[in-house]
Amino acid sequence: MADQLSTRRILPRGHRPAAGRRAATDRRLGYALVAPAVIVLLAITAYPIVANVWNSFHFDNLSFGALPHRFVGVDNYGKMFSSAQWLAALERTLGFTVVTIVVDIAAALGLAVMLNRKFVGRGVVRASILVPWAVPTVVSALLWKTMFDPRAGFVDYFLGGIHPAWSSLTWLNASVWRSWAVIFIADSWKNIPFVAIILLAGLQVIPTEVYEAARIDGATGWRAFRRVTLPLLKPALVVALIFRTLQALLVFDVVFIMTGGGPGTSTETLSFFNFFTFIDSTDFGYGGAISVVLVLLALIVAGGYVRLFRTDQT
Amino acid sequence: MNAAAVASAGAAARPRRRARSRRKAVRETLFYLAAAIVVLIALFPFYWILRTSLESSAQVAAGVGGRNGVIPGHLSFSAYTAIFRQQHFLTPLINSVIVALATTVLTVITGSLAGYALARMNLRGGGAILAFILLAGFFPPLAMIGPLFLLFRDLGILDSIYPLILVYCVYTMPITTWLLKNFFEQIPRELEEAALVDGASRLQTLRRVIIPVAVPGVFTAAILSFILAWNDFIFAVSFLRTQSNFTAPLSIVTFGESQFQVFYNLIDAAVVIISIPIALLVLLAQRRIVSGLTAGSFR
Repeated sequence: MADQLSTRRILPRGHRPAAGRRAATDRRLGYALVAPAVIVLLAITAYPIVANVWNSFHFDNLSFGALPHRFVGVDNYGKMFSSAQWLAALERTLGFTVVTIVVDIAAALGLAVMLNRKFVGRGVVRASILVPWAVPTVVSALLWKTMFDPRAGFVDYFLGGIHPAWSSLTWLNASVWRSWAVIFIADSWKNIPFVAIILLAGLQVIPTEVYEAARIDGATGWRAFRRVTLPLLKPALVVALIFRTLQALLVFDVVFIMTGGGPGTSTETLSFFNFFTFIDSTDFGYGGAISVVLVLLALIVAGGYVRLFRTDQT
Repeated sequence: MNAAAVASAGAAARPRRRARSRRKAVRETLFYLAAAIVVLIALFPFYWILRTSLESSAQVAAGVGGRNGVIPGHLSFSAYTAIFRQQHFLTPLINSVIVALATTVLTVITGSLAGYALARMNLRGGGAILAFILLAGFFPPLAMIGPLFLLFRDLGILDSIYPLILVYCVYTMPITTWLLKNFFEQIPRELEEAALVDGASRLQTLRRVIIPVAVPGVFTAAILSFILAWNDFIFAVSFLRTQSNFTAPLSIVTFGESQFQVFYNLIDAAVVIISIPIALLVLLAQRRIVSGLTAGSFR
């Protein structure tokens, strides 16, 4: 920096060394190269959040198009926090998230440990778990909807072989718990592989010498896994936890396609409720308030994990 | 130690060794059994979808059992002809291809420019810019649809696939930029410095030297972008209204619904068709996808 300034002062224009000139144009060029990506992302994320905050303090419902967008203070937030439907959706979403994290991380850890071993057919196993991750959510949702259909699916067909009364169980939109079970299965089937791939990458960067050292110290099997593998896997676990928690917290399309929130409203999640408020009720003020809280919730979760694991390490 | 003692010690060790090797064999068998179960859980549903899609509507109505068991007694392509002839599935398929390809091109170009600048040009505030791009990937899609719905409505582009190209960048841009930034960082600096010394400009260097070396990284980014854009449901269901403007995932949800019965053969035929390009990408580029997903995610 200082170098550049001094040469600029001494040398007349056009006689600056190429390197200095390059550094100056480089910086401008650098920002120009970053600009398109940043502008696109600002337009589709920053603009909506600002607009949501603004809308959330206003009355803005397209169904009452003639009414002015008047300022209503925190009325939308008050309505939300006292809404039984929103509170129930919050409770369900948090419950779903906790169960999902516990089960999915455990299953993914098992898968990752399996794939970390060299064995005949490892490529086949890895390719086959990638397929459920890569197909659209629409596919995973409709696929499991077919599987759990009493007529078209195999679940009741096989269950009927165990016990005749189970041959025509209705799963979706009949019982609350069975509906949740099917949603959970479809969602986990699709998302466990991604978590497993991240954890696998974490396992692969642990040097084998560490295990050898542990074995010399007498730690093998489960002890070695708990004392050696898990602590070293922490960075990968943080990444996996953040991804999976946010996904579960924002779950929408599986629910929309499989149950449409039913039976009744018993599988409505926060994102589903927000979608309904925007698109069906066209209430952009109230919906804005719900969105703002959704973003805050996501930020708290992500920030919480980062903080939790950072203080743990020092 | 006399000969008898050595012999008896050897005899005692043999069964112990045999027991250990048997235990090892049992453990190996269990391991392979577990691996087989994983593959079965991942793939059996796809077999079932294919099987259902090859049933006639009458077979679906009759339910599983008898001649329609796990292996169907009779195959029919009626579901496939029905979704193309009666449900006009080709239009949403073409819409999806257009949007996914356009998103991929847009993301790969802007993402590699940004990734290059962030990797090589010592931008002031580069860390903050990268943090913003990555954070955008965690932004709740549902918090985007309200204001974007109003904006597209005011611009008269609400029921159109073209704004989706921009919106899908929220899925594709963060991972692409991150992946390519890591990729550019691994290319030796000497390569471009040689070109710069030879008098090439930055952009010329980028085009002639860096991009050819970066082709594998760009390719990985393109595959991931295509998958992510192809898979969207949330934005399509929020913004699109007319059947002929639907993307493929959205149009499937409206298939096979009749008042009395759901025709799973129609739904599953469409499910098979939209899964095929994704399954092919996974099979052909398995390694690339895995390395792309995990590119320097924790260092």
